[in-house]
Amino acid sequence: MIDTILFIIFAIVAIVSGFNLVLQKHPISSALSLMGVMGSLAVLYLLLGAEFLAMTQMIVYGGAVMVLFVFVIMLLNAGTEKGSAKSWFAQIAGLPLLLCLVALLGFLIRSVLPPFRHVEFGSWVGGTAEHIGQLLFTTYLLPFEVISILILIAILGAVVLARKEID
Amino acid sequence: MEHVPLSWYLILSAVLFALGVAGFIYRKSVLTVFMSIELMLNAVNLSFISFSYELQRIDGQIYSFFVMVVAAAEAAVGLAIILTIFKNRGTLQIDEVDSMKL
Repeated sequence: MIDTILFIIFAIVAIVSGFNLVLQKHPISSALSLMGVMGSLAVLYLLLGAEFLAMTQMIVYGGAVMVLFVFVIMLLNAGTEKGSAKSWFAQIAGLPLLLCLVALLGFLIRSVLPPFRHVEFGSWVGGTAEHIGQLLFTTYLLPFEVISILILIAILGAVVLARKEID
Repeated sequence: MEHVPLSWYLILSAVLFALGVAGFIYRKSVLTVFMSIELMLNAVNLSFISFSYELQRIDGQIYSFFVMVVAAAEAAVGLAIILTIFKNRGTLQIDEVDSMKL
């Protein structure tokens, strides 16, 4: 029972924050809404038994990425965005097409795919740090190493792009 | 109804993804477009973890972990690119940066 209530609360928080992200005019409001989405998604991961990923979500997204966003918004002094003319196609067809996308995905999930099991909090805890680590360092060792090189390249790229030219 | 069906999680993921697409298409500030991309990545992560619960295997969680790492790298490089755009052009409006447009 308690997990149903938790799911409903945090799903509502996630959807409201998502709408707020799209509708707010100031980037800092959008950034705070994004933080709401990420926090509630971390709780949903916990309900699905992914403990390690819930904590990673909070640390990596809620901590590092959001600090980076807020830092850049403050640094660039980004103000309210000016509404400019959108293309007529996006104005007329954008919202109906998006609703079609959601309806199609919902139909696919409810009717086409085989019925899913029910989520019972605590009945399956597969995502502890022990299990993730074991799989990460045996089966997925090569992708893990490749992705560490990717991170290294990203750091170098960020430094090269953002440095100040010294003449 | 005692427990939540897993399809609700997947529908939540679809709704969040659609919101991300809406933000990506409608917003005019580079920073907000970038945040919408992060929202879409998060929605996909949620469905990876839901399918991981359905199959009772943690491979899906590993993929989700990789998506998180790639998103962090992308955020670092993307925000550096935004800094460079602002330094060179003095604007954050996405439709004023159109020199590669036909």
